Amino acid sequence: MQRRLFITSLAALPLAANAAPAFTGIDITGSTIGPDYKLSYSDGKPASLRDFKGKYVLLFFGFTQCPDVCPTALARAVEIKRLLGADGDKMQVVFVTVDPERDTGPLLTEYMRAFDPAFVAVRGTLEQTAKAAADFKIFYRKVPSGSSYTMDHTALTYVFDAGGKIRLALKHEQTAQQCAADLRQLMHPKKETGFLKGLFQ
Amino acid sequence: MKKLLSLLLLAALPALAQVTIGEPWVRATVAQQKATGAFMTLTSTQGARLLSASSPAAGAVEVHEMKMVDDVMRMRQIPGLDLPAGQTVALKPGGFHIMLLDLKQPLKEGDSVPLTLEIEDAQHARSQIVVDAPVKPLNAAAKH
Repeated sequence: MQRRLFITSLAALPLAANAAPAFTGIDITGSTIGPDYKLSYSDGKPASLRDFKGKYVLLFFGFTQCPDVCPTALARAVEIKRLLGADGDKMQVVFVTVDPERDTGPLLTEYMRAFDPAFVAVRGTLEQTAKAAADFKIFYRKVPSGSSYTMDHTALTYVFDAGGKIRLALKHEQTAQQCAADLRQLMHPKKETGFLKGLFQ
Repeated sequence: MKKLLSLLLLAALPALAQVTIGEPWVRATVAQQKATGAFMTLTSTQGARLLSASSPAAGAVEVHEMKMVDDVMRMRQIPGLDLPAGQTVALKPGGFHIMLLDLKQPLKEGDSVPLTLEIEDAQHARSQIVVDAPVKPLNAAAKH
């Protein structure tokens, strides 16, 4: 009987292990990304990540002339916020333009408003943009296309916790549901049970 | 005999590929935004190729491919898009799109954008298809 009980509890183990923190996104806690940028809000006021202390920041680099990835990432952020319900208010989206020549302040204001009036966009001079991208390990490059140009850029969304610490990099392929689950886990970390702790020590 | 039969069949085929367009849409823009994407599906009865597109709403129109390489988004103009016989080719976020550049005015939800697609079939015969693509909101999510 005792032996049978042992087997049953063993069988329950994988389930319990799955309940322990595991993100769909890449856990980059402790990485040297950032830690901050010197840029401006679309109204020209100075912008810093510290402005969102107490919030979970989703930071994304992109450009508004992008027909595909950038609006998709922002639409996903809208959906993540909706999925988080009451916790959605603890989330702050920051969009950094890699194309400040075309992305003027007024254009960025309008663009963010089309997604969520609470989302903010930041921009800088070409030098400030290059510095911010380098600090946040974002690759971007201007590529001539026909009579115009397009931008190659890293399409990861960074997540900072309420203490302003870098935690996750969400991949573009992750669904809104997976991202929302990752954020929920950051906001409400599950405590390890004594039973599991004892087993793994 | 077999060869003759296929020759006869070839002769009996219509000169131009029939291309059916499904669910065309264009992503809305805000003031000062000069570019956006058009999306749709194309199904050709015979092997054909989408060569180019044009629209009175845009100064320039290009066929683009988006690729994600090591989490870096790359968007490139392509010289054309193959439409294999009987296969549905999707222009959708995360893949191909028609890029509308140098927009004459912002595109609002509820507007529709006329697009002319230039198609070439295997015999190099060209035809044009006119599509009226409705404008969807800027935050229209991609179907995963």
